[in-house]
Amino acid sequence: MVVVKLLLEITDLAVEVNEKEILSDIDLYIGEGETHVLLGPNGSGKSTLFMSILGFPKYKITRGEIIFKGKDITHLSTTDRVKMGIGVSFQNPPAIRGVKLNDLLKMEHHETGKGLSPELNALVKKLKFDERFLERDVNLGFSGGEVKRSEILQLLAQEPDFIMFDEPDSGVDIENVELLSEEINVLLDKEKKPGLREKSGLLITHLGYILNFVNADSAHVLMDGKIACSGNPAEILEDVRKEGFKGCVECCNPIH
Amino acid sequence: MLQSNTLKEKAKKAKEKKAALGKDIELEKFEREETGEHEEIESLEELPQKTKNSLLKVGVDPTGEGRVGSFMQLDQSKICSTCSSQNIEMMGIQQAMDKYNWLKDYMWNAVSVDTDKYTAEAALGEPGGYFIRSLPGTKEVFPIQACMFIGDQNVRQTAHNIVVAEENSELHIITGCSTGSDVQSALHIGVSEFYIKKGAKITFTMVHNWAEQVEVRPRTGIVLDDDATYINNYILTSPVKTIQSYPTAYCKGENSRVLFQSIMGGQKDSIMDTGTRAILTGKNSSAEMITRAVSKDQSQLYTRGHLAGQSQEVKGHLECMGLVLSDESMIYSVPELEGSATNLELSHEAAVGKIAEEEVLYLMSRGFTEEEAASMIVRGFLSMDITGLPPELAAETKRMLDLSLQGM
Repeated sequence: MVVVKLLLEITDLAVEVNEKEILSDIDLYIGEGETHVLLGPNGSGKSTLFMSILGFPKYKITRGEIIFKGKDITHLSTTDRVKMGIGVSFQNPPAIRGVKLNDLLKMEHHETGKGLSPELNALVKKLKFDERFLERDVNLGFSGGEVKRSEILQLLAQEPDFIMFDEPDSGVDIENVELLSEEINVLLDKEKKPGLREKSGLLITHLGYILNFVNADSAHVLMDGKIACSGNPAEILEDVRKEGFKGCVECCNPIH
Repeated sequence: MLQSNTLKEKAKKAKEKKAALGKDIELEKFEREETGEHEEIESLEELPQKTKNSLLKVGVDPTGEGRVGSFMQLDQSKICSTCSSQNIEMMGIQQAMDKYNWLKDYMWNAVSVDTDKYTAEAALGEPGGYFIRSLPGTKEVFPIQACMFIGDQNVRQTAHNIVVAEENSELHIITGCSTGSDVQSALHIGVSEFYIKKGAKITFTMVHNWAEQVEVRPRTGIVLDDDATYINNYILTSPVKTIQSYPTAYCKGENSRVLFQSIMGGQKDSIMDTGTRAILTGKNSSAEMITRAVSKDQSQLYTRGHLAGQSQEVKGHLECMGLVLSDESMIYSVPELEGSATNLELSHEAAVGKIAEEEVLYLMSRGFTEEEAASMIVRGFLSMDITGLPPELAAETKRMLDLSLQGM
C-alpha cells in the first residue's frame, strides 16, 4: 500500500468575513504530489478558501485548523506561509506603481545581482516576455494574458511546494491557455511519474476548462460555503456540465 | 548686494516683514559670515571625503564627471567655480556684477526685493550665489552643477542666484544643497531668478538634504519669453526643520511652457511647505505641476499649487498625490485655480490617502514582509517618471532619485 504523505491538512475549518460566516465544516486533505481541483458556482466561497489558506487578515478563522508540512499555520502571517513554500497565482492581482516585475522576480528567485541569472532569463523567454517588459510596473496596464503569464512566471521563479491557482484560465485565449497549462504542469511535477511527484496544487476554477490540459487527482465542489461533494475530477466535471452544480450536489447528498 | 538706492530702501523697509506662509524665523538667531571665510579650491575633488560623500547624496559629483562645470558655495564663501563649456558662463554673483554692468537689470525682477524679510536679508547681507548664463544659440547637453553647502554650525547662509538662458539656448543645471555632518542648525536663504529668452530651455534639478534643525527659505522666480521652456525637478526626502518655498513662473511669452515635478518625503518633525505657481499671461502658454508627497513620523507637509490663467488660450494642470503613513503626520494639499480670461483650460487632481492594503498583501504573498512591502510601495509611489530631460540626464536624475528614496 502506498502511503501518501499529507502536505496540507484542513480540518473543520470555519471562516468569517466582516463578521459573516462564509465557510464552515471544511475538511480538505492534499497529499504530496497531488493536484486537487476546487469547483463551485460564483459566490460559493472558493476565493474565501483560497485567501484563508493564504492567511489574508480579512479572513478570520473561527474554528478548525490548517496544517502545512506538519506545522500548524492557522495563525501565521501570509509572509511566513509563503516562506514555508506556499505559492499563489491570483485572478486579478493589483497593479503597483513603481514596483517592477523585474524586482519581484529577483526577490522570488533570491537573486541580488544587477541583471537576471541565465536560469531566470530562460524562464522569462519561455513565458514570452522580454527584458523591456520586465521593466514595467507590475500588472499596470497588463493584458489579461500578460497578467496570468506574469503570475506563472513569478511562481516558476519562486518554486513553491504547494501552489494555488485562482481561475488560471479565465479571460485567456486558447493559445495562452496551452502555454500556461504547460507551465502549470511543470510547476506541479506532472512530467514525473505520480509516485515521484513532490509538488502539490489546488486549482480553483469556475468552468473547469483548464482540466482539459492539467490533470487533477481529486475534485471538490464547494456550495454555500461547504464542501458538498468530492471525488474523481472527470466524473464530477461531467455531472456539473450535464446538470449544473445543483444537480451534481444532489446526487452526492440526496435531499430527503 | 544692491546697485540702486531705491532697491536698498525697499529692502530695508521689508527687514521685519514676515513671510505670507511658513513659521517666522528670527534671523538674529543665526550668524552672518563673511564672504572670504573659507579658502578657494581648484576643484571639488580637494574637499574632504566626508563632504564629498554629502555632495554625492544630492547629485553633485565631486569628480565633475559628466558635468561641464561645478560651483560651490560653502557657508557664505564661493570656494569653487569651474566651467569647461564654451556654451556656458558661470561665476560667483559678485564677479558677474563686476563684469557685466547690465546684470543689475536682471536683479530683483523675477523676485521682489521686498517680498519678505528673507529677500531683504539676501539683498542687505553679504553677497553670495552664482551667475549662470548659456550663450545665444548654444545647446549644452551636459549639465552644470552647483552646490550650496553649510559647513559651520548656526550659520546664516544667503545666496542670490541669477540664471540667464539667452535666445535659442539650452541649459541643464543640477543643484544640490546639503550640510556638514557636524552641523545641527542653520538658516539657508536662497533667492533664484531665472530669465529664459525666446526659444530657450532650462532644466533645473534640485536635491535637498539638510540637517534636521535647518531652516530653509528659498525664493524663486522664473520669467519665460516666447517659446521658452522651464522644467523644474525638486526632490526632498530627508528631514529638515522647516522649509517654505513657492517658486513662481511668469509665462509671459507666447507658447512658453513650464513643468514642475516635485517629490516630497516628510520624516521626523519636518515641516515642509512647498508650492509651485504659474502666472499664464502669454498666448498659448501652459503649465503643468506634478507632486508626490509622503508623510511619515510627525511630519507636516503642505503641498500648494496655484495656476493663474490671465489670458486666452492658456492651459494648466495641477496634480498632487499624497500618502499619509502615520497618524501623527499630515498632508495638507491646497490646489488653486484662477481663471480670469475666457477660453482657457485649468484643471487639478488631488488625492490624499493611505497605502492600498491589497498591494501590501500581494507583495506579502510573494514572500515580502509587511514592512518591506509597504516601503516598496512608498518608494514606487515616489519614484515618478521625471520627464522632459535629455536621456543621459534622465538616467542620472533617476539615479539621484533612487538614492534619495533609499532613506524613505
